[in-house]
Amino acid sequence: MSDYTIKVVEGKYKLSGDFHTIEPNKPILDTAGKLCGITNPRNMVYTHSYGGEAPFFAGITKGRLIATRCDNKDCKDSYESVFLPFRIHCPDCLERTTEVDITDIANKSARVYTFMVCERSGAFNTLEKPIRFVNIEFEGVTTILMSYLLGKQEPKIGMKVRPIFRTKSPTYTITDLAFVPAETAEKDLPAGFTFSK
Amino acid sequence: MITFSKRQLKIPKFARDVYLVTGGNSEFRRAFPEKRTEELCIDALQESARYIGMTAAELKKYIHTCYYGHFADHFGDQLLGEAVIHDRLGLDPLGTIGVKTGGATGGSTIWEAAKAVASGYSDCTLAMGWERMDEVPTDEGNHLISCAADKDWETPLGHIYTGYYAVMAQKYWQVYGREEESFRRTLAEISVKNHGYAYHNPFGHAGFKITVEDVLKSPVVAYPLRALDCCLMSVGASCVILADKETAYQMCKNPLLVYSTAGSHTLRPACRRDMDIPLLPNETGETYKNLDREFPGGERYPGFTGFLAARMAAYYAYNWARIKDPSEDLDVVELHDAFTISDVQTYEDIGIRPYGKGRDYVESGDCYHTNPKTGKPGRLPANLSGGLIGCMHAVGATGIMQVVDVMYQVHGRHAEIHGDPERWKRYGKQKPKDWEDLQVKGAKRGLAISHAGVGSHVTCTILMQPDARLDK
Repeated sequence: MSDYTIKVVEGKYKLSGDFHTIEPNKPILDTAGKLCGITNPRNMVYTHSYGGEAPFFAGITKGRLIATRCDNKDCKDSYESVFLPFRIHCPDCLERTTEVDITDIANKSARVYTFMVCERSGAFNTLEKPIRFVNIEFEGVTTILMSYLLGKQEPKIGMKVRPIFRTKSPTYTITDLAFVPAETAEKDLPAGFTFSK
Repeated sequence: MITFSKRQLKIPKFARDVYLVTGGNSEFRRAFPEKRTEELCIDALQESARYIGMTAAELKKYIHTCYYGHFADHFGDQLLGEAVIHDRLGLDPLGTIGVKTGGATGGSTIWEAAKAVASGYSDCTLAMGWERMDEVPTDEGNHLISCAADKDWETPLGHIYTGYYAVMAQKYWQVYGREEESFRRTLAEISVKNHGYAYHNPFGHAGFKITVEDVLKSPVVAYPLRALDCCLMSVGASCVILADKETAYQMCKNPLLVYSTAGSHTLRPACRRDMDIPLLPNETGETYKNLDREFPGGERYPGFTGFLAARMAAYYAYNWARIKDPSEDLDVVELHDAFTISDVQTYEDIGIRPYGKGRDYVESGDCYHTNPKTGKPGRLPANLSGGLIGCMHAVGATGIMQVVDVMYQVHGRHAEIHGDPERWKRYGKQKPKDWEDLQVKGAKRGLAISHAGVGSHVTCTILMQPDARLDK
């Protein structure tokens, strides 16, 4: 395992520790012992900026759902359109959008637009399988957010759901936001998750 | 963008005609532990040279610039893999560039190579594509593919691209498929058809005879999709050679006219916004007047039930090539059958059937080489190569393989290439005793759709015999 820390200091990344580990290559042989190839182990850590989307990812760790809205009155296609996934700039006029807290709207109006129960995952997956992918529509929001459903019920198109947030020990990734059926009681939420705050 | 300006809807046109001179494939397999990628690319180039009676050295003398389609650098841990191949093909110091647009990489590579000829920059170009997906274990491969989704908003959700795609399949299944058992069987028929056609294709790696029941009993991947509804993961290479008219006729007797267009849509399906359906030449406002009443839940366009990128690629291509109705004006198509259900979605996006009615293309028998209902030739046969489900999906090569197979059809040489016993032998295979000739008699015009993942990029390539052109 890599052992490292990273901070932003005066606008620059300040890295310390090991960001990769070195493992030896191994030969790939056929059954007769003939050399066919070589393995190339790679174990490294990327750093990545959330940039202007950071308020969204910080918001879900605090139990709030932050979207954005185009407030440019001259924008013919998207004036007053609300976007979630959060867009830093309006996709039409490219003016900077305004952050809007839609947590209360989401609590009242979130519904499953479509879903998929997936038994498989890729390497590095941290979610429990099967993963219940859900795409969520919110009243007054132009777009359809992808997330996942927790709880005992299977997803259905049109199902009313509520956002929940991993406010205890967050991962600071999109997996800190999930949904549960709207009637779920707080005591039945998965460990680490709460309703909005 | 949910409304378009007149300039954005301009019908494209090449500054001069572009012709397809030749093309070729390597063999496709799940893995090639004994071959480097360059060996597969050289196989494809040599095939294309032999197709017009040249040596590879002779063919190379015509090439002026090179376009390489290779999607997933991170699978091979080799950046600038295009430069490696270019060097091994012995094409330095010609100008070259890499192209990557996910699953549409092959089609996009042809799009770029064609524009270079059309502009006059080059008189002859190489479009070569390949993929190498056999160098990591499957779960790591799934992670690497999921990196083609949005890394902050999607990839951490399971690191599994199938999940991001299958939500669209679910929506289509429920809204337009109405969760009907009969529709489920129609989807299975597509898999039976495409594996069955691949059985007669020496290049492919999953040709076999199966039944609808076999498909319906295969393991569930993401309900309602089962293992046999899904495309292959392959290794291999394909290429085409394009040229202007004068050069093309110097190189071969019967080059084919090329029309090539592209469309795009949001990388995240989440970001799809509701808009009016852009109409194709065989549709009017009346076509969709009752769509939401007929199919409740289908109110949004494209929602998660259609691919706007495919619709736009077809819009540009049909209006340019004067295709009024694909079922009337085309003789053969190769579609991007990543999944049986997305194949049906594409029938609608490119106007073979209106939105909501795609299943009829299969159920009528129109999509077959020989219509199983009538015993007569299918009206518009689809994926006679076996497609991505039966033949191959080596991402960067796929869109090029499709065009190569359409070329065999439009040249009337499909049986010569697919039926050559020496080729079967060279690939270590036995030509089936019940091998069938899948040439579409009298084919003059064909189309290939190359499609990326959730529909972020789609290209449309049309090939025509020059005397069958409709735009002059």
